[in-house]
Amino acid sequence: MSDIASKVTKIIVEKLGVEESEVTTEASFTNDLGADSLDTVELIMEFEKEFNVSIPDDQAENIQTVGQAVSYLEDNTK
Amino acid sequence: MELKRVVVTGLGALTPIGNDVDSFWESLKNGVSGANLITRFDCSAYKTRFACELKNFEPTDFIARQDARKMDLFTQFGVVAADQAVADAGFDMDKVNKNKIGVIWGSGIGGLKTFEEEMLNLAATDMIPKINPFFIPKMIADSASGQISMRHGFRGPNFVTVSACASTNNAVIDAFNYIRLGRMVACVTGGSEAAVTRAGIGGFNALRALSTRNDDYKTASRPYDADRDGFVLGEGGASLILEEYEHAKARGAKIYCELAGGGMSSDAYHITAPHPDGLGAFLSMEDALRDANMVPEDIDYINTHGTSTGLGDPQEITAIENLFKDHAYKVSVSSTKSMTGHLLGGAGAVESVAAILAIKHQMVPPTINLFNVDEKIDARIDLTPNVAKARKIDVVLSNCFGFGGHNATLIFKKYNG
Repeated sequence: MSDIASKVTKIIVEKLGVEESEVTTEASFTNDLGADSLDTVELIMEFEKEFNVSIPDDQAENIQTVGQAVSYLEDNTK
Repeated sequence: MELKRVVVTGLGALTPIGNDVDSFWESLKNGVSGANLITRFDCSAYKTRFACELKNFEPTDFIARQDARKMDLFTQFGVVAADQAVADAGFDMDKVNKNKIGVIWGSGIGGLKTFEEEMLNLAATDMIPKINPFFIPKMIADSASGQISMRHGFRGPNFVTVSACASTNNAVIDAFNYIRLGRMVACVTGGSEAAVTRAGIGGFNALRALSTRNDDYKTASRPYDADRDGFVLGEGGASLILEEYEHAKARGAKIYCELAGGGMSSDAYHITAPHPDGLGAFLSMEDALRDANMVPEDIDYINTHGTSTGLGDPQEITAIENLFKDHAYKVSVSSTKSMTGHLLGGAGAVESVAAILAIKHQMVPPTINLFNVDEKIDARIDLTPNVAKARKIDVVLSNCFGFGGHNATLIFKKYNG
């Protein structure tokens, strides 16, 4: 797992209280990992803090799965 | 229309002197002080460095981590106390009409720690807001009653009452009246507070309201003592289940006592100081007696507001003397704040549970730390000094008075079957 992917997994496990094994690439935050709308906002904020990026709302709307989060962060961080 | 009778069918307690009802009573009976050196934050720069905190309490032992994360401490305290009371009431959740069970809770401040932490974060990030989405839902004082209703599926009336230190008594009175009117069959009521924070200790210190007896903190909460120097801040919560009498009888519920009356008034005097002649206190107690269809001679024990402040303690006794006349020297009086400290919006909750347990055990919990009674207080008043007293207790009156002049009084009566 890439460094980014493992950090993302760690944040998801901590915030959503799920097992690491549930955090698969296709897993949807709301449909599979039990997040509600406030949880997803919080996740985006944690990603912003951890990776020192700003994720505008219109981009955040497209980050709905673990894989999408990892891709976005790989594309937008050095 | 005829008002329905209301009884108490469940209790819960999460207090600085016991994390459940039985251990709470043990401590009350034995005159235990709940004061300790503050652990919740680094208080070395503060004038007061002690409080009555909960001991050995881990919220996630009782609340799933994912749920606890979205609750301020005051809500966690409330949820745990309410869980105890609901379990104690033993409702058959498949039969009882949950649409007619409400949650009316009391808290004076609400999510203070949540507010404080988020603002400190804001200051630390250069005032650029990166505010957590859960900040508002955790902070607002109503979150306690919402969370309690969610846990049990209770869909009756739901809100939190705020009247500073009288908050819980107002919540209980609202719950009482809605059941009397037939709007609910039962209600989870009570109160909680978690204000042992930088803002809480610092703020009350700035008001000169807190004791600064750091070198002898176990004796700092000493209502009616000549050398009292302020109150001791307490945290925690307690809960009672109020239920319509026929509903309770029909399901074979355990009945602790009856709630006979509730009285309210305002001092209309000052933002923190009580009326110098105890006028608001007088009116509140008089209102409660009228509501209960009782006279002063019916009262056996008065659980006072008695916070250990210079101004407040004698005024309440004056009001009692003015209202009760000669009977003031026959009732037992005590302030359990000498043991629990002052739980602010949660005070009425722990004191209601103490009053109900006093009836159950026919024993008056003491006013501890009474070394020299203030000479302003008539020596004929029985303050139940230092040691619990066994006596006949049929009726208890419990007072709570809040900053801003909010007064609320409850009267609990023994149930004889």
